[in-house]
Amino acid sequence: MILNQFLVLAAILFCIGVYGVLARRNGVLVLMSVELMLNAVNINFIAFSAYLRSVAGDVFALFVITIAAAEVGVGLAIVLLIYRNLRSPDLDRVEQLKG
Amino acid sequence: MVVQNIFFWVLAVAMVLAAIGVVRSPNIVHSALYLVVVMAGAAAQYILLAAEFVAWVQVIIYIGAVIILFLFGIMLTRAPMGGDTNLDNDQRWQAAVVSVFLAGVLGTLLIQEFGKKEIAISGAKGEQLLHIGKAANLADSIFTAYVVPFEVVSILLLAALVGAVVIARRD
Repeated sequence: MILNQFLVLAAILFCIGVYGVLARRNGVLVLMSVELMLNAVNINFIAFSAYLRSVAGDVFALFVITIAAAEVGVGLAIVLLIYRNLRSPDLDRVEQLKG
Repeated sequence: MVVQNIFFWVLAVAMVLAAIGVVRSPNIVHSALYLVVVMAGAAAQYILLAAEFVAWVQVIIYIGAVIILFLFGIMLTRAPMGGDTNLDNDQRWQAAVVSVFLAGVLGTLLIQEFGKKEIAISGAKGEQLLHIGKAANLADSIFTAYVVPFEVVSILLLAALVGAVVIARRD
């Protein structure tokens, strides 16, 4: 297996995640796209860990998984709060800060 | 080597199609289920790279916990299930241009920099690779070299979960 096949797969998944973050309106779907991007980063970590024969990539992939879980918890709490205040989970209706 | 490559390509195609499903599906529950496919595919890629412990952590935390959280989020925000309302905003074309541009830049850079570098998996090098991904080896590393980041991450997780409860509860 060549290293690049994993890296290019991860890059494609990351770009699909970027598209999702930019194009989705619903807050839960934006969080899902962020998860896609974090998964792509994890694939990179594991691929480099196998390529460099080092355990550091595996350890940091575990850290990323943990932080992704924390991020989903806080993110969904924020989306719930937006829903409760605006009666809608759509992020483009959050515009109180607009002058 | 050929077997691993066949598995890789099957998984890669499934993952990319499911990822496009996540960002394009008109039904929000289908998006969450497509995300399961992407994450299971990523776990299978970790198995291919002999990172067995990370693969099972991925299955337990992502597919087991994070997807359930997403489904709860969908339920609690009473998201439209019918697929008739518009889940996308009106910057779809700009988003597509940005992501295709980013994919071009990243792909060019990766191919220039890493070219045809191999991950050696045959013979003694394969044995070494199998040893690296083992849970015992990972635990040794986490509790010696990376013990401070590990503790910091656990405090961060605690703080984030307390914060989530504080933000989400009704007063």
